[in-house]
Amino acid sequence: MKVLVTVTDVALVDDEFEIDGLDVDERYLSYDLNEWDEYAVEAAVQLSEAGDDVEVVTATIGPERTEEAIRTALAKGADRAVRVWDDAVAERDLLDAETKATLLAPVVREEEPDLVLSGVQSGDDSFAATGVTLAEQLGYEWAAVVNDLAVDADAGVASVHRELEGGVDELVDVELPAVLTVQTGINDPRYASLRGIRQAQTKPLDVRGLDDLGLDESALASPLRWTATYEPESESEPTVFEGSVDEAADELAGVLREQGVGE
Amino acid sequence: MTVLAVAEHRRGELRDVSFELVAAGRELADGFGTDLHVAVVGGDVESFGADLVREGVDAVHTVDYGEEFNHDVAVQAVDALVAELAPRALVAPHSVNGLDYAPAAAERVGYPLVTDAVDLTIDDDLVVTREMYGSKVETTIAVESERAALTIRPGEWPRADRGGDATVEPFAVDIDESAVRSTVTGFEEVAGGDVDIADADVLVSVGRGIEEEENLDIVFELAEALDATVAASRPVVDNGWLPANRQVGQSGTVVAPEMYIAVGISGAVQHVAGMKGADTVVAVNKDPNAPIFDVADYGIVDDLFEVVPALTEQFG
Repeated sequence: MKVLVTVTDVALVDDEFEIDGLDVDERYLSYDLNEWDEYAVEAAVQLSEAGDDVEVVTATIGPERTEEAIRTALAKGADRAVRVWDDAVAERDLLDAETKATLLAPVVREEEPDLVLSGVQSGDDSFAATGVTLAEQLGYEWAAVVNDLAVDADAGVASVHRELEGGVDELVDVELPAVLTVQTGINDPRYASLRGIRQAQTKPLDVRGLDDLGLDESALASPLRWTATYEPESESEPTVFEGSVDEAADELAGVLREQGVGE
Repeated sequence: MTVLAVAEHRRGELRDVSFELVAAGRELADGFGTDLHVAVVGGDVESFGADLVREGVDAVHTVDYGEEFNHDVAVQAVDALVAELAPRALVAPHSVNGLDYAPAAAERVGYPLVTDAVDLTIDDDLVVTREMYGSKVETTIAVESERAALTIRPGEWPRADRGGDATVEPFAVDIDESAVRSTVTGFEEVAGGDVDIADADVLVSVGRGIEEEENLDIVFELAEALDATVAASRPVVDNGWLPANRQVGQSGTVVAPEMYIAVGISGAVQHVAGMKGADTVVAVNKDPNAPIFDVADYGIVDDLFEVVPALTEQFG
């Protein structure tokens, strides 16, 4: 069996920041492996540990910077990695779900995995649509927001729970090959071991451009245009109780009592 | 020309977001100068159809196929509806089931998709407002196309009232069952006893700032002193410290208590979406920049491990 995991890094914004043009100024950004992808990587590695001969391949869209997140996934147990990037991609302000799926689809077609695991969303732009768009492009089956997973590779079925709102899971059997978007909490992601980190340095990491994928720039054309970015006006200015902890607690208790709480 | 909004139901009931979709759909229809059509796929389509006759709706299409949501059926139904109606815009909820079919449906019908809309304007183009970086910034995305698909964030639009004179018509779709490659086998209530946080007047809600499961004791003690119910944000539930039926937020339960006391909760967008309907919000957090303070009425910027016991003492 082969499992392909889509992996991205996400930009985290400092508490104090400035906006430069369409995005937060690079000086206030730091990058880390996307939280949802950590769970997807863990789910893939657990499948590889549970079965014989399960290969885990990661696929990433991103510049050289993203290799740090990719190496993290390799250190946690993925076998090898593919990174897609191209000057034509770098020029784009906005990589929407369809564009990302268009870039990932040739990698999946080449790898022919039984299962594609993708985070539900990335923590920065949060479109939450790439995995399902990719499934539709590939003609794979899919399930979104998966918080429990059992794969029967011989039967060609993944039995999953989808985490609906309000504490209800939907139980669904999904034919393979399939794309599953993985929700946080599905497992307990491991830390990379020192040995894993050392091994990750020598695992294969291939870089592919548009030509390698058989795509030309027109495949990336999108009618979506990112037009502005700004800080939202805060919805309210709270009354903040200051002074010592006891003074603040006393004032807050007064407010709560006024509103009939704790009476 | 039309705008087409696709309602959502689960286990025999239309979900509230369906009526918010009507309001968002009407806004789009007004902007584009078109009618608003609403579709519902599966379930008790007769009663759902009647319930979707709301202010601003011109027509309701009911697709009678299956009891529960199935994404393969939903995508085929939307494909057929789009072929018939050629809508200017397609609107679905940014819900767990919306995420499970809207991207595939948009891809199949070739409509550019913008997800998780919190606001929209129509000038020459449709311009969608959404949030980024956990709601630290808002962005606008223009859809430079004659077609657009949108998912809207639950809770951002009002619910359309009953009324109006929409027609309700069955819409026949020839579902290709060989292309239905997933099967819903059941539902499971997540364990956690019969606590209903949506029903509580006062919630003490605890977040990542509590650091360790053992530390939850101080939160329960405060809740007991206030005759309140304990709720939580997602990280606390993901860590297994509290059961999922205590989770407030977009992926948990949407609550609107009289008093919401957020302890060690940073206030990520998914959390705020689940509690901003509270009458009064109190936040205790040592980080003065935590976004929870943007929705709080009262706050204490200090160490929760000192503040919470001190507050409990006030009611001792």
